[in-house]
Amino acid sequence: MNLNDFAYLEELARRRCGLVLNDKKLHLVENRLLPVMRRFGFKDTASLFRELRYGHEALIKAVIEAMTVNDSAFFRDRKTFEEFRDIVLPALLRDRKGIRQLRIWCAACAAGQEPYSVAMLLEDAGLIERGWSITLIATDINTQMIARAEQGLYSQFEVQRGLSIRRLVGNFTQEDTQWRISERLRRMVTFRAFNLLDSFGWLPDLDVVFCRNVLMYFDHKSRASVIERVGDVLAQDGALLLGPTESLTGFTTGYVPAARAPGLYFKTRPAPLLRIVSN
Amino acid sequence: MKTCLVVDDSRVIRKVACRILHDLAFETQEAENGAAALMACRRQMPDVVLLDWNLPQTTGLDFLRALRGETRGNHPVVVICTTENDASRISEALDAGADDYVMKPFDRAILEAKLAEVGLAR
Repeated sequence: MNLNDFAYLEELARRRCGLVLNDKKLHLVENRLLPVMRRFGFKDTASLFRELRYGHEALIKAVIEAMTVNDSAFFRDRKTFEEFRDIVLPALLRDRKGIRQLRIWCAACAAGQEPYSVAMLLEDAGLIERGWSITLIATDINTQMIARAEQGLYSQFEVQRGLSIRRLVGNFTQEDTQWRISERLRRMVTFRAFNLLDSFGWLPDLDVVFCRNVLMYFDHKSRASVIERVGDVLAQDGALLLGPTESLTGFTTGYVPAARAPGLYFKTRPAPLLRIVSN
Repeated sequence: MKTCLVVDDSRVIRKVACRILHDLAFETQEAENGAAALMACRRQMPDVVLLDWNLPQTTGLDFLRALRGETRGNHPVVVICTTENDASRISEALDAGADDYVMKPFDRAILEAKLAEVGLAR
């Protein structure tokens, strides 16, 4: 790939989904294009880029998807899930006991490990048996990942990463060398392909947003935009969970970090209106 | 320092596992069969046992049942380490007293994650 092609791809990725590509990892980018070249029948990157510049939409989509990072694991960064289970969930269960409704969004769910991990924790809490209504939405820009997530079929390697054996045998059934998530958990999650730069208008008001290890790949402007719009859909006492090394510092004052819980933020309540009393 | 007993009849696998465990700040002991493993536990009960399913003479599960019958035998976390990935075999291991299960081949990341899940690694 020449530098002109890379510059074109860099601009395309930034414009389409806010993704920042690093030219120091040019060879990585080239490697990620190989499956797309095979799928569309290009013999080299030059012919792929020629077609890309013609605005071949399916090809553009496939190239963008190939640039996204889809690495995930069940209960990845265990501490985040402990924060959700021990800090966020008890507070929400207390504050929502009147309406018995929880709405959660996993904004970049890759192959579904994150929302299914959340679903397992919600099931542990016995919410459905106690009459709670759960809305668990999971999105990812990558349509292939969403298809995989909906299928809920994972390799031996994938289930080894993060799942205790009791969770594995309790929540999956074996299909040859693979493991399928139980129908019970699968039905708890609604999957949808979605670009975080598009309108959030279709989302309901949310109590919790997981947006982990995705904003780090975005340019500053896109990151700020996503954070602001998450704030718009999050309830006044809602929680935002980022990756443990991610931070909102320098982006917004609309959230406060939770004490001793890296990556966990609560939306700040608006200051009460001052009442002017005249004597 | 946490201690781990690696029970496997393959010297190579014991060596690989011990190297990973040393990196994770574990002190290790090795045993090549169930009888030697039980003796090692009687001398010093480890915090965790990494146990191969298919051992010579007695199986890993025979050792596990014997271990759980020992004084303080409930103390070690036992992680079965095997190529057996059949759900019914896994359930059999859990019934025999295993705490978790690692499929071979495993690497440092998988072992570290398993030990973290059972509260023995960061």
